[in-house]
Amino acid sequence: MILVIAEQRAGKLNRASWETIAAAQQLAAGRPIVIALPGAAGAQGASAELAAADVKEVVTIDGPAVEPYTPDGYTAALKAAIDQLSPEIVLLPHTYQTRDFAPKLAARMDRALITDATAIKSAGGDPAFVRPMFQGKLTADVVPQGPSPHFVTFQIGAFRADQAARGASAVPVRAIPVSVDASSVRQKPEAPFQEAKQAVDLSQAERIVSVGRGIKEQSNIPLAQQLADALHAELAASRPICDSGWLPMERQVGSSGQTVAPKLYLALGISGAIQHLVGMKGANTIVAINKDADAPIFEVADYGIVGDLFEIVPALLAALKP
Amino acid sequence: MKIAVCIKQVPTRDWQPRLNESKTWIREQDTTYEMNEPDAYALEESLRLKEKHGGEVVVCSAGPARVAQVIREALARGADRAIHVEDDGLASADAFAVAGALSAAMKEEQFDLILTGLQSDDQGFAQTGVILAERLDRPHATIIMEVAVDGSTLRVKRELEGGWFQWIAMPLPAVLTIQSGINQLRYATLKGIMAAKKKEIRKVAAGAASAPRQKIVSLYVPEKQKKTQLIAGAPAEAAKELVRKLREEARVIE
Repeated sequence: MILVIAEQRAGKLNRASWETIAAAQQLAAGRPIVIALPGAAGAQGASAELAAADVKEVVTIDGPAVEPYTPDGYTAALKAAIDQLSPEIVLLPHTYQTRDFAPKLAARMDRALITDATAIKSAGGDPAFVRPMFQGKLTADVVPQGPSPHFVTFQIGAFRADQAARGASAVPVRAIPVSVDASSVRQKPEAPFQEAKQAVDLSQAERIVSVGRGIKEQSNIPLAQQLADALHAELAASRPICDSGWLPMERQVGSSGQTVAPKLYLALGISGAIQHLVGMKGANTIVAINKDADAPIFEVADYGIVGDLFEIVPALLAALKP
Repeated sequence: MKIAVCIKQVPTRDWQPRLNESKTWIREQDTTYEMNEPDAYALEESLRLKEKHGGEVVVCSAGPARVAQVIREALARGADRAIHVEDDGLASADAFAVAGALSAAMKEEQFDLILTGLQSDDQGFAQTGVILAERLDRPHATIIMEVAVDGSTLRVKRELEGGWFQWIAMPLPAVLTIQSGINQLRYATLKGIMAAKKKEIRKVAAGAASAPRQKIVSLYVPEKQKKTQLIAGAPAEAAKELVRKLREEARVIE
């Protein structure tokens, strides 16, 4: 049996859960799939939504250990659920929440955990999981070792949510009892909040010029702004630029910033770390300008120029002049 | 406060990967190394906490003899002493093995707080800090953007996705994984580099290796997801050609 651990926050299902269901269906080869939803008491809508999937059943896990989320509570509750369900493999979306508890859960059960997988292959009968390594410069096929269940997390966007097969009718939803000693939960979380109202909604931008480490200095940002203005584009950046305070955090694209899907995404001096790619690979046309021909950004680019952006951007500005 | 910071030595950012004969690992002899960037932020945070609350900062690193380079650098930036779990096999080990080796060497020290980067720029598991917390039976939180210590309580700001955050309180001792950008990094001064030469690096042998939890069966340069049209030529010509293609072929600009 394959167990998918779905994710919800404040009753709303994380869409990446459907991507993980699609991965499970590809891996299943006739084996039954069960979806577990922790914190389901306040998320009946989410469990009903999951019941539409072409799987065996949905199990819900309730109680103070899983609401609100804490890594201690989730680890204890999910271990109890996994002990009851005895899956061969446990699949999760590679969200920040999964990253917070899954290594603890796998360590407590002393089982393999493969993180950030992007595809499933066969390696002599056993499934191998494809994952980026060395900042996306290399890709590895990895086979989990040791006794089951093996844990695997899937990169956001690696599978398509709309490719998850739906069943002819809703599958059963049942609650499974887990008892967790409340004193074992040591973290006390407060309510999530947003730092500042997002004044810039990059997700609606038609064109984006985005800058990365290759811009070298804050004093070079106006050059990128000129190009953005000439293209009627919004200016955005990869994480290191916002970390340095050269552009505000609200202009950050990537897993910790905004997810964008413009008609044109022009990446200036961005190497293309996976945390950035997940935020922009949905763009229609991607242009990469980078001095390193091996930069991972070229793997997703439609057009590329290998060269010095400080020569190419002025040339682009000249070429765009009416 | 007794603070440990776990750092890893990883290939430099501009390193061009070369594979070994069996195509299951990199050719280490061709590789240049540096401190893992998120770990550098964890080191900086630990130095700031020491400046505020007193105590000491102990650098812990697991890997072959070469990792002494990043240990010295951390000592030069202001850490007080170091523990080096030295073992050639740890260079390519999975997170269970690294966390196991670190926890065995760190257990007796009874650290109040352990910091490390949220993930490494080599294998990128994003697991070691969390497994370490489980092995040492400490509460933890990940992807941290602010750390506040008040007596025996810790309050940290955890980053969620899409610009959301959350404060979490927990008792000390604890383990945190630190997000890049939490602070502004300091660099080693000449004085710091000289002082580092006299600081203690305690070498510890790795215990019996735990059974590997994952096996790399193949390592390769990524397959392209898209057919990229690379535009060659001098900057002026390449720029003109790109603008033409964006107008006429992709039709994404006017």
